[in-house]
Amino acid sequence: MKRIDNGSCACVAVDRKRRSGSTRAMLVYSSLGALALYVWWFTYGKLGLFSSFVTYSLLQIEQETHLASALEFFFYDTPKVMMLLVLVIFGVGVVRSFFTPEKTRDILSGKTEFVGNVLAAFLGIVTPFCSCSAVPLFIGFVTAGVPLGVTFSFLISAPMVNEIALGLLYGLLGWEVAALYMGTGLTIAIISGWVIGRLHMEQHIEDWVGGLNGGAGQVQEEELTWHDRIVYGWDAVKEIVGRVWIYVMLGIAVGAAIHGYVPESFMASVMGKEVWWSVPLAVVMGVPMYSNAAGIIPVVEALLGKGAALGTVLAFMMSVIALSLPEMVILRKVLKPPLIGAFICVVGCGILLVGYLFNVVV
Amino acid sequence: MEIKVLGPGCPKCKHAEKVVREAVEESAADAHVEKVSDMLEIAKYGIFGTPAVVIDGEVRCVGKVPKKEEVLNWIKQ
Repeated sequence: MKRIDNGSCACVAVDRKRRSGSTRAMLVYSSLGALALYVWWFTYGKLGLFSSFVTYSLLQIEQETHLASALEFFFYDTPKVMMLLVLVIFGVGVVRSFFTPEKTRDILSGKTEFVGNVLAAFLGIVTPFCSCSAVPLFIGFVTAGVPLGVTFSFLISAPMVNEIALGLLYGLLGWEVAALYMGTGLTIAIISGWVIGRLHMEQHIEDWVGGLNGGAGQVQEEELTWHDRIVYGWDAVKEIVGRVWIYVMLGIAVGAAIHGYVPESFMASVMGKEVWWSVPLAVVMGVPMYSNAAGIIPVVEALLGKGAALGTVLAFMMSVIALSLPEMVILRKVLKPPLIGAFICVVGCGILLVGYLFNVVV
Repeated sequence: MEIKVLGPGCPKCKHAEKVVREAVEESAADAHVEKVSDMLEIAKYGIFGTPAVVIDGEVRCVGKVPKKEEVLNWIKQ
């Protein structure tokens, strides 16, 4: 590709050049992208062969043993999950480069309650968000006039319905489960936010928040080119995969152990449909566990294979991801205990309902 | 020059501080770098995400770790 001269004295010329360069760049990127996608897809289809090769030919493990079953699971799932993660995070990263928290706030401020809740839940999927930014984001939304309930819809949906969870569920458990998760996750975010809004708990926001002036000190929006967006997507891949790979490996290792050593249908007695207390137990157990979707989904896959009920497993997963202790600690800086309590209760009840619903329906 | 790195202390924020300090050292500018982790202080800047970099009271970047070249550019201005 031709280098674009970035000299400061020829702004107009540079601008024109950049525009024609951007069409060409897009062509180059899409053909490269298609090629990369083909290679990805081809490799992805060969992972089964790879795992049996490693397990039986390379490591010489005897067939039909617990160890073989566990190792095959591990060597199949690890590359599979990693490949899926790279693809999904990159794709969503590029989409996310079109959204910023500022834009999301502008869309949400001044919306009526229910419409705002729905919008907030959906925007939660595509707005770049990390839980350590929860506090400044909360303040930014609330001081800009986004209703409290709508803000909560966003704060619930953003960590729960994310690209990592959806990509992994799709890859490991099929599109039906991914769609179920997305649908119920969004519903919980919308309804919980709406309920919290109805409770009118504005006085339980820490007092100092009210004195702040929202929207000050904004940075100028920079115009992104396709090159920038691809770099953005790739940076997201490096950043997220670099952060979660250890959870993924641990999750798959636990999953592999369950897969290889736990007897068939053992989980049915603990996490099966007939056990009414399994759903609340799953939710309560999920809160102190701090993992992300990447680490928990391989475990979930293995549990399902051993007879655990889908509703119970979904409830467990949502609780681990959406209700995390560290996030509560962070949010405590801006929320007084009653509001945090309401948040946990409302979201917890939503997750319980989802768990029971799926145990009855599926 | 007064440079502030805003962030409660997540890995990204620490990374941002490191990048800024490296850039300041490299440019040999007369700049004072300060890490702000108090939520109230951070909130006063009205930003939406951390880490953020503020130079002489002006917010230069929000919600991402800046590249060293970017910081060098800001220092030069």
